[in-house]
Amino acid sequence: MIDSKTQSAISQAFGSVAWSEFRGQARAVVAAGELAAVFEFARDTCGFDLLVDVTCVDYLNYRDAEDRFGLVYLLANTQTNERLTLRTFVNEPDPVVPSAVSFWPGANWMEREVWDMFGIRFEGHPDLRRILMPEEYTAHPLRKDYPMQGRGERHNFPVLHRSEA
Amino acid sequence: MALEVPENVVVSRLDALASWCRKNSLWPMPFATACCGIELMATGASRHDMARFGAEVMRFSPRQCDVMIVAGRVVMKMLPVLQRIWQQMHEPKWCISMGACASTGGVFDTYSVVQGIDRFIPVDMYVPGCPPRPEQLLQSIIDLQDKIQAEGTVGGREFLTAERQQPKRALVELPVVSLPRGVSRLPQGVRVE
Repeated sequence: MIDSKTQSAISQAFGSVAWSEFRGQARAVVAAGELAAVFEFARDTCGFDLLVDVTCVDYLNYRDAEDRFGLVYLLANTQTNERLTLRTFVNEPDPVVPSAVSFWPGANWMEREVWDMFGIRFEGHPDLRRILMPEEYTAHPLRKDYPMQGRGERHNFPVLHRSEA
Repeated sequence: MALEVPENVVVSRLDALASWCRKNSLWPMPFATACCGIELMATGASRHDMARFGAEVMRFSPRQCDVMIVAGRVVMKMLPVLQRIWQQMHEPKWCISMGACASTGGVFDTYSVVQGIDRFIPVDMYVPGCPPRPEQLLQSIIDLQDKIQAEGTVGGREFLTAERQQPKRALVELPVVSLPRGVSRLPQGVRVE
């Protein structure tokens, strides 16, 4: 799904990129520090004009996993129908990656969702607020160390009785 | 001294008359958040026809409603809205918890879904089902009418009985977080980790 010329161009520009393939889909693992430069190269030189999705995987207690969080960026070139999966890994205590909003404005809400659910901070995001959970929520619920039934948040509401309402 | 009563005059208690009037014109507030809402729409539409029981006037303003039908799951972000709408409704008012999710949380035993609205607002009727058939919802309206006729008063004293003030079973069994001594309830928005 990706042209070999595009793949070799990325490899020449960034020597540290590690390639792998899964069912015909090319995946490139990028260091978090190089991510912004790879974004710019992918968009301006390789023509990946659409950011399809930004999401995250928590590899806590996953077998053979070395890093805690794996970011996934799905890119598409709408002219040539090429697709590229970019991956990068970050760790606690301060998981932070550069924001992609300045390259693809559509990254805005997707990065807010990753921040809300996983607590990954996106450096340079113009408006990094929670998007799904209430503003006063304190946890990042899709982290694997967060209990599925919560920490009592869904119970802490005032109880209305017949006589007072 | 004999009082002459014409034949077309019926003597009754005012409470019974008021309850009879109320029960036959229940105006629902549709709080439909999920697939139960589709069944609620079907109940109001021509085939099942909630108008047969005087409950066809769906009002989207809580100021004009008598009965709130909570149809679907309620997430913790939505619960303050639900409570606000319940408080905006005028007395006399009733609440029907429609379906498994509104009554117990259903299959959604997760951090974000409230495990039954009766933990936080009063509920008069529970409708089981996932989602319930329109016939079940109609039966709950009929049962609610019987309840209104049986215990309704003009002064609303039925809401003040000791039995109505008891917390629901779900509330008693709630895995409540430990609150500081002397604090019975947390203000809205405050979380205890």
